[in-house]
Amino acid sequence: MTYEERLQNASVLGAAGKMGSGILLLTAVEMADLSLKPENKDKSFVLNAIDIDPAGLSGLMKYMREQVRKVAEKKTVWLRKAYADRDDLVENFDIIDEYIFDVLNIVRPATSMEAAYKSNLIFEAVSENRALKVKLLSGIDKNNPNKPWYFTNTSSVPINLIESEAGLDGRVLGFHFYNPPAVQRLVELITTEKTTEEAIAFAQEYAKNLRKVVVPSNDFAGFIGNGHFMRDALHGLKEAEALAAEKDIPLYEAVYIINKITQDYLVRPMGIFQLIDYVGIDVVQFILNVMNPFNPDEGLQHHLLDKMMEQGVKGGQYSSGAQKDGFLRYKGGKITGVWDIHKQHYVDLEEFKDECDEMMGALPESHVAWKSIIRNRNKDELLRQFFDDLKSSNELGAVLAVNYGKRSKEIGEKLVADKVADEIDHVNTVMLTGFYHAYGPVNNFFD
Amino acid sequence: MKKLRRKVYMTAGYNTVSLGTGRREFHPKKPRPGIEHYISEAGKGVLEKIGGPDNVDESVLGNFMAARFNKQANLPGFIPMIDEKLQWKPATSVEGACGSGGLALTYGIRSILAETADVVLTLGVEVQNTVKAIYGADILAGAGWYQKRKHGHAYFFPGQFSDRAGAYYEKYGFERARKGMARWFANAMENARLDPTAQEHHNTVSDPYALALKMKPNGTAFVDHLSVLDCSKVSDGASGIAICSEDGLERIGVDKKDAVEVIGWAQVIRDITNDPKDLTELEAIPRAAKQAMESAGVTIDQIGTIETHDCFSIAGILAVEGLGLAKKGEGADWVDAGNTARDGYMPMNTTGGLIGWGHPTGATGVHQAVTIWQQLTGKAGKAQIDIKDDRPYGMTINMGGDDVTVVAIVYKRG
Repeated sequence: MTYEERLQNASVLGAAGKMGSGILLLTAVEMADLSLKPENKDKSFVLNAIDIDPAGLSGLMKYMREQVRKVAEKKTVWLRKAYADRDDLVENFDIIDEYIFDVLNIVRPATSMEAAYKSNLIFEAVSENRALKVKLLSGIDKNNPNKPWYFTNTSSVPINLIESEAGLDGRVLGFHFYNPPAVQRLVELITTEKTTEEAIAFAQEYAKNLRKVVVPSNDFAGFIGNGHFMRDALHGLKEAEALAAEKDIPLYEAVYIINKITQDYLVRPMGIFQLIDYVGIDVVQFILNVMNPFNPDEGLQHHLLDKMMEQGVKGGQYSSGAQKDGFLRYKGGKITGVWDIHKQHYVDLEEFKDECDEMMGALPESHVAWKSIIRNRNKDELLRQFFDDLKSSNELGAVLAVNYGKRSKEIGEKLVADKVADEIDHVNTVMLTGFYHAYGPVNNFFD
Repeated sequence: MKKLRRKVYMTAGYNTVSLGTGRREFHPKKPRPGIEHYISEAGKGVLEKIGGPDNVDESVLGNFMAARFNKQANLPGFIPMIDEKLQWKPATSVEGACGSGGLALTYGIRSILAETADVVLTLGVEVQNTVKAIYGADILAGAGWYQKRKHGHAYFFPGQFSDRAGAYYEKYGFERARKGMARWFANAMENARLDPTAQEHHNTVSDPYALALKMKPNGTAFVDHLSVLDCSKVSDGASGIAICSEDGLERIGVDKKDAVEVIGWAQVIRDITNDPKDLTELEAIPRAAKQAMESAGVTIDQIGTIETHDCFSIAGILAVEGLGLAKKGEGADWVDAGNTARDGYMPMNTTGGLIGWGHPTGATGVHQAVTIWQQLTGKAGKAQIDIKDDRPYGMTINMGGDDVTVVAIVYKRG
């Protein structure tokens, strides 16, 4: 089966979710572009958008229409060539509208799994629940005579378990997009001992056409991305608790401080608590629950996460993309308060921010902001200067930051030692392209 | 053209800000003033300087594509919105693509010459940020022949002038041409920074010449032979000026020294259905300029400053050659040597031109007249250049489409 034939009938499970909708968008666009090639003009392309939530599917189609328009507006020069033989399409307006229709025309929203019974390729992006994934995939596989391939977007469940439990025998691989799939350039590719060469070759070609950076990860729960992020997050939670005890300050103040350390001092796009909120406290919890049994010595869990869940504070995003409140409270994308886990309400930043900032001490003058440095050619030099200044400072903020940077490096090195990643470079690439860090965790900045 | 039968003056120029990317107050996602605001602001700006609406005999408005950018036609109907006393007086609008403003000026001049008016409120307006650039390109493509749109570039007009630039590179050399075009951009930035209404007024690039030289054209993202710095931007703006007879000047109480006199003008048209004969040459612009100078009885070496239609940097270079300021193929060198800079031999586009001040298409011709009026009467503020006694004239050249609808006007201080 050729690349094109494989993509003539595909399905996305969990299509209305945050990851599913992104995968649907990228795949539908890829299929439409294939359909526009002269040699494919007579072929039909079908992409089933399967989700149990009818309201979600209706919102999905609106999302798709908006996003495909943006995609089309960026490649109108190419589209004019692709539609050169259509005399009825003259203006960019006409061509962009036609392309939107052509992409949406490939997508078939469905609430039943039966839609996937004719597909050759099935993307799985349902919630991070191993039993559910196994149940859905095995259910489809029993009814689909095509022996389809399954690309699971799981960020934590070992692929070989899905493979054996669902009886997929070499026809499944981990194709892990990062959030949001349309923006983040990284895909983690995870294969099992049985995954066929053909499926791997297809995955590589598909990723290349989507202009993704592929990093291979070995098949350990959490893979490289969550292998680092989850441990980094747990470190943040522990640091916050320890800091609160040591300095005898309320926990919410310590959360503010550690969040600031991990954003401003470590020059990251978000602080660690903001990132937990962004991913969703519930999702972090799911992932840890998957990872924990495979790493019994590490105790990959934290009681603060349990408490937040008990108190119903979960973070995540609204369907509009706006951030829901979690450890932190947000207004217009800005942090305005921190959850007080004891009194169960948000405390305004204004009430304690200055005091905490003073406790942390001033940032060295060489401080660089993530936003200004991410595309700077002298990035490494500027970072080194700043981190050197942090190392030579005795201020609380600088000390916490240097320790955090060291811990982040240890986590990265452990992923290679544990054979989750084949090499250091893979760990760094994941953090650079999947998390938009300005520098890889395994570096010598903090030594 | 025969000598003008009556003296024609322009005075009381007014520019709104040219709003678009580059201006600090511009936010693509926030609401912005509509076309009504711009007509009103520019109109009121002129009325204030000419003693109010009672002094106006008629009004004319240049606009290119409000019908698509703003879904609005019948623009004369907005003139009384400037001031209710303009109601029940004549008003009209004219269209000749990006030459609409120039046509509005010729309309006003004709009314004075025909003695049907002594004071004509002359405006130009365009509000283009209503759509994204990729759709704006469709709308602006209306300045070309629609029958050729299908095979044109997504960015139609940049595509047209990219073809001209490509032909020029091939014939005369890429490096030389790019240097001249980079200098054109640098001059535009330098001048625009001096004019508070210019779109690039807030520009802070430390070395615009180096920036423009470094930015190579990239056909996969944009067009083959131009970078975005070679192009005028998308602008919202309006300009206004009063066109008057001697009696008119007296009526509005403006001294001749605060006005410029129109001493010659020409308007020529090239067949829109024909491709340019030679991509490295302009035809309509040289003809219009020549006729205007002949009717004024002046030669190019008597002219002290020119506002020319640099929708693209290559159009500026080709105009320099078309005007005979440099030989064919040497325009880029001539510009690169600094001859068109504000302190050069022939200062051009001294408030930034279309690339620097902005290009609200239907307003541009009027904006050019306002700049010449400012320069010749010493009202250009920080952008003021030195006008020498032996070269006291100014000229504007306004172009619609690819060298299709062209207006040239020669001015002297009143």
